[in-house]
Amino acid sequence: MEKIAVLVEHRQNEVRDITFEMLTKAHQLVGDGGEVIALFLGDVSQKGLLDKITPHAHRTIAYLDTALAQYEPLRYLAAFVKIFETVDCQLILMGQTAFGMDFAPAVATKWEIPFTTDVVDIQDEDGVVAVRQMYSGKVNAKVSLKGGEKQLCTVRAGAFPADDLPTVSGELQEISGAVEGDFSARTFVEYLEAAVGDVDITQADIIVSVGRGIKDADNISIAQELADALGGVVACSRPVADKKWLPKERQVGTSGKTVKPKVYIALGISGAFQHQAGMKGANTIIAVNKDPKAPIFSIAHYGIVDDLFKVVPALTEKVKELRG
Amino acid sequence: MDIIVCIKRVPETAEADLVIDESKKGIDTDGLVFSINEWDNYAVEAAIQLKEAEGGKITVISVGPEENNEVLRRALAMGADEALRLTDPAFEGSDAYAMAKILAAAIKDIPYDLILTGVQADDDGFGAVGVVLAQMLGLPHAALVTEIKKEGDVITVHRELEGGLEEVDTLKLPALLTIQTGINEPRYVSIMGIRRVAKKEIGVKGVADLGLSQDEVGEKGSMSRIEELFFPPVGEGAEIIEGTMDEKTEALVRILKERGGMA
Repeated sequence: MEKIAVLVEHRQNEVRDITFEMLTKAHQLVGDGGEVIALFLGDVSQKGLLDKITPHAHRTIAYLDTALAQYEPLRYLAAFVKIFETVDCQLILMGQTAFGMDFAPAVATKWEIPFTTDVVDIQDEDGVVAVRQMYSGKVNAKVSLKGGEKQLCTVRAGAFPADDLPTVSGELQEISGAVEGDFSARTFVEYLEAAVGDVDITQADIIVSVGRGIKDADNISIAQELADALGGVVACSRPVADKKWLPKERQVGTSGKTVKPKVYIALGISGAFQHQAGMKGANTIIAVNKDPKAPIFSIAHYGIVDDLFKVVPALTEKVKELRG
Repeated sequence: MDIIVCIKRVPETAEADLVIDESKKGIDTDGLVFSINEWDNYAVEAAIQLKEAEGGKITVISVGPEENNEVLRRALAMGADEALRLTDPAFEGSDAYAMAKILAAAIKDIPYDLILTGVQADDDGFGAVGVVLAQMLGLPHAALVTEIKKEGDVITVHRELEGGLEEVDTLKLPALLTIQTGINEPRYVSIMGIRRVAKKEIGVKGVADLGLSQDEVGEKGSMSRIEELFFPPVGEGAEIIEGTMDEKTEALVRILKERGGMA
């Protein structure tokens, strides 16, 4: 692949990390002599964000119009036509994010671009061969895309660390002119910030976190007792917040909080990648799970393969004994 | 308000030991328990709550073999009115794009104001069928929806973004939404409830009934193809603490003390 385009993702006047991750992978894939093209849709007032992009792409194509200040799929699709027609590339990358999941499948369908989603690796074998995960990360699939002048992949956040993002001398190409059409069928209203709860888990040094394995709201008390004994707080993974057993602001993961405590104890958490994204920065991760193949054990430092309902009360008892 | 909900039957794999089958393109499903895809269960509940407030009819659609009647009957027991199963050997190997074509062909014969799907399926995890379907039908859409309010011909939805942030959007009906888990508390389905709908007829349609050709569906009609399944490489992984319960907790206490796990 010689030419790869990356759709820049930005929100609330910040370029999102996934953008740099995609640019890094694009540079790896095109190699020397190839071209990485950044595509930017936004308002003129967001032009400053381009300073973060242009040094890392050979070419940046920016469509700047007040109508593009917020992501709205119908507007963005209409704007994308103009960009799409001018870009010569074999592969387009977008994020498998709240933005990309809403937009990328629509782009692929509108222009009949062969695509796949949520990829964790991309190889160039005379066209895209992508690796994506199935069955909640228990199995990987090698997926090929069917022909097409262009192909499209959405990329999982965190799959391609942006540590070695190359700097190149990039040119900026601006497109202007009003985006025309009737876009009233879906309209952006506002952002709602996360609710502030009684406990801020992002500030805690010790987190005892519960997942689906806790089985019932009433059982959360055993995690709370351990947290109390250790001087920590209780957090959770998505299924627990979905069932309203703990408030949403206690949820760790992509759609919840990102935490970096000294110690993170994961109880009955299988460790879906969305959860891992929120806690892999913890200094020490201890996992207790009955399933020895649970993905949580791949990122934990210490693991106990056992029933949490036996381990946790015994551990709490031992901690209490020690502390008198 | 008439609502169509697209639902999938998937194996429960969270605590299962998976085996890749001989074709290397699928898993051995013998011994696995199947149920309704978790996201779709929330979508069915969302449809029923809207129906309770607004009236109208709910049609549930599932693509797959006769076993899929289980999830369709479950949705009927929850409160859906009609069920349709789309099945054909030609559908085998369909990716998100081909799956959306199959659904679109079926939906064109059914009146609706709103279409709901789950955000993604627990098995292949594409997270794309809903948005592709919306595009094929020329409908406005919103993905990752965590709240729905209806006022006249307009719905106001919340979309889940990253880091606890949400977005509020309005959509004009007809529209398509992909439903995120946690949007509601899906009602309990009793055995009695399932029994009550046991005799209810479930419509069945194949590729010809849908006016599609064999080449438009399955692997031929797809944009992507699975070449091979393999198990993810195992990283360094955790140091597994073995021993009696007393030895295990003893070791944990030592680790906690060393690593700042006791404030």
